[in-house]
Amino acid sequence: MSISRKLLATAAVAAFAGLTGFASAATEIQWWHAMGGTNGERVDKIATDFNATQSEYKVVPVYKGNYTDTMTAAIAAFRAKQQPHIVQVFEVGTATMMAAKGAVYPVEQVMKDAGEPFDKSKYLPAVISYYQTSQGELLSMPFNSSTPVLWYNKDAFKKAGIANPPKTWDDMKSASEKLVAAGYKCGFSFGWQSWVMIENYSAWHNLPMGTKENGFAGLDTKFTFNNDHVKARLAKIADWSKDKLFTYGGRRGDSLSMFTNGECGMWMNSSAYYGSIKKQAKFDFGQTMLPLDTDVASKPQNSIIGGATLWVLKGHPKGDYKGVAKFMTYLSSPEVQAWWHQQTGYVPITTAAYELSKKQGFYDSNPGTDTAIHELSLNTPTPNSRGLRFGNFVQIRDVLNEEMEAIWSGKKSAADAIDEAAVRGDTLLRKFERANN
Amino acid sequence: MLKRVHFAPSVLPYLLVLPQILITLVFFIWPASQALYQSLLIQDAFGLSTEFVWFENFQNLFADDLYLGAFERTLLFSALVASISMGFALILSAMADRVIKGSGAYRTLLIWPYAVAPVAAGALWVFMLDPTLGILTYALTVMGYDWNHKLNGNEAMALVVIAAAWKQVAYNFLFFLAAMQSIPKSLIEAAAIDGAGPVRRFLTIIFPLISPTTFFLMVVNVVYAFFETFAIIHAITQGGPAKATETLVYKVFNDGFVGLDLGSSAAQSVILMAMVIGLTVIQFRYIEKKVEY
Repeated sequence: MSISRKLLATAAVAAFAGLTGFASAATEIQWWHAMGGTNGERVDKIATDFNATQSEYKVVPVYKGNYTDTMTAAIAAFRAKQQPHIVQVFEVGTATMMAAKGAVYPVEQVMKDAGEPFDKSKYLPAVISYYQTSQGELLSMPFNSSTPVLWYNKDAFKKAGIANPPKTWDDMKSASEKLVAAGYKCGFSFGWQSWVMIENYSAWHNLPMGTKENGFAGLDTKFTFNNDHVKARLAKIADWSKDKLFTYGGRRGDSLSMFTNGECGMWMNSSAYYGSIKKQAKFDFGQTMLPLDTDVASKPQNSIIGGATLWVLKGHPKGDYKGVAKFMTYLSSPEVQAWWHQQTGYVPITTAAYELSKKQGFYDSNPGTDTAIHELSLNTPTPNSRGLRFGNFVQIRDVLNEEMEAIWSGKKSAADAIDEAAVRGDTLLRKFERANN
Repeated sequence: MLKRVHFAPSVLPYLLVLPQILITLVFFIWPASQALYQSLLIQDAFGLSTEFVWFENFQNLFADDLYLGAFERTLLFSALVASISMGFALILSAMADRVIKGSGAYRTLLIWPYAVAPVAAGALWVFMLDPTLGILTYALTVMGYDWNHKLNGNEAMALVVIAAAWKQVAYNFLFFLAAMQSIPKSLIEAAAIDGAGPVRRFLTIIFPLISPTTFFLMVVNVVYAFFETFAIIHAITQGGPAKATETLVYKVFNDGFVGLDLGSSAAQSVILMAMVIGLTVIQFRYIEKKVEY
C-alpha cells in the first residue's frame, strides 16, 4: 500500500510540475493554440520574446492539436474548471464562443478593466468587424487572419498565351480553356469551398448569406445563400468540369498539390498558403484578387477573413488578466504583427503593421503579398461583408461540403444541392438557437 | 444431524475483487451513467444553459434520415468487413494448415498486420491510393480507371472496408488456424483414404468442425467493425465524402466533438451501448451453447 501511495504521490507531483512548469515565481498565463509545425515555433517565439520584456508574467503556449481539437479541449477544460486564460479559436467557432457569455471575457473589456490603452481604430476594419458585437464591442483578439485569393501559375499562363490574370469569372473561363488547350490537366481548382465559393462569393458581391445581418443581429437567423446567383455560378462551374476547366480536389487544402505540381494553372484558396506554395512550386507564381461575377455586381465589395482569434476565458484571479491585457498589447504591436505577417502570409491586424511592412519594402520584394489586405479593405464592410455569425457553423460547413461534393460528382444539380444545404443548415441553426436560449 | 462447517467470514475475497470493482465503477459505470444522463439534456457546449428534455434527443435521432442512413451504412460496412476479412483468413489458414516447410515464417508474416496500429494501417492505404500521389492510383490510371475516393463515395467505402478488413485478417487467421489444427488428424486421414480430395475434405470435414470458431469470429468481427474502426476511418476519409463512410461510431465523434452537440452525441452512444450489450448477450447465451456439430 505505502509503495503504491508513494508512487501515486510522485506521479501526482510530476503531473503537477508538468502542468505548471514549477520554476518561476511569475504569474503564469496559459495560452492554448492550434499552430503546429513552423507556425508553432513562431508562436513559441512570440511568447518567449514577450516573457523577456518583463518579469511579472509568463505566457506559456501549449499546442493542443488542430482547431477543432483545441476548441473542444478548451470547452472540456472549462467544464472541469481547468480552462486556460487564452485560447485560439477559428472563425467558425465565433458564434459558439460568443453565445457562451458566462465563459468568455470580451477582449475589449479585459483591456478596459486592466487599464491597458486600446484603440480600436488602429485595427483593420475588415479584420475586427468579424469579431465585434452588433454594438461594436470587440470580443476576441484577431491573431492569424487570411482571406481567399486567386493563385496562378505564371509559367503556365505564358505557355497558354494568357496575357493578364483573370479579373472576372468570364476571364476565368477563357483562361481555363486556354490552359486546357495548352495541355494542362485542369484550368482551376479550389479548396475550403464553403468559405471560398459561398461565404466569400456572397461577401464579394455584397449578397447576404443569411437573414439578421448574417446572424450578427440575432440567433433567429435563416440562410439565404440558396439564391439564384450562387446557384447559377455553381451550376456553371459544374458544367465546366466536364471539359476539365474545373477539377475538384478535396476539402480544405487537399487540392494544393494539384496547383503546385502544375496540374491546374489556377487555384483559389487562402492567402496563408503563400509559404507552402513558395516552398513546393517549381514555377513562377502570382496572386491576384478573386474574380468578379459581372452578372451579379459591377464592382467587388470586400472579402471576409478566415483564420483564428484569441479568446480570453473567465474564471482566473483578477491579477492574471492584467498580464493577459499586457500580452495582447504586445501581440498587436506593429513590430510583432509585421514580423508575423511577413513570415506566415497571414494579414497584419493593424494599419501600423501594414505601413511598417510597406516601409520595410516587403511588398516590393514579394509582389502580390498585399493582395489579401487590398481585398479586405476594398470598401467599408457592409452587413453582408462584415463576417458571419452562425451557430453550429462547423457542421453547417460540413453540410455545404457534402452538398457541393454532390454537385461536383454529378449526383445533384446545383439548385437542388444548395436548396438542400439551406434546409439542413436551418435545422442546425434552430438547434443552436434552442440550446443557447 | 449434519454438522455444519462454518468458516469465519473473511474480508479477503472482497478485498481481492475490490480493485476490479473500482476500475469498473470508475471507468465503465460512471461514464456510462454520465452518458445516459447527458442523453436526456439539450445543452450548449460550455454547459452554461441546460434543458432537461426526456427522450427528445432519441426521438430526433430516429426521425433523422441521416442517422438512419448511418445505421444502414454501418450494417453494410460491418457485413463487408466481416465477410471479406473472414473469407481471406479462412483461405489463408486452410493453406497454412497444409504447409509443412517454412510454416513458422509463413504464419508469422500473416500475423504481422495485427500489430499495426489502426491509424498507421489507415495512413498506409491512404498513401497507396491517394488520388494525386498514390502508387495504386497510378496503376489504376494506367489500366484506364480514374480513382478518386475524395469525390466518389463508393470508392471511399471500398477503401475503408479494405483497410479495416486487411487489419483484421491476421486475427481471424490465428483463430481459424488454431481451430483447424485441433481437428484430429485421423479424421482427415480417414477421409483421404476414402478418396476425398483436399477441397472435399475442407468442405465436408474441416469447415463444419470449425463452425464454433466461425460463429465466435463473426461476433468479434462485427463488434470490431462497429466499434473499433474509428481510427481507420478518421485517418482515411473522416467520414466523407458526403457522409459516405460515416458509421455510427464516427457520427458520435463528429456530432459530439466537432459539432459540440453533446445531447445528441450522448443519445447515440447510449444506443450503441445497448447494441454492445445485445451482441454480448447473443454471444454468451446462444452462440456458445447452440452451435453443434
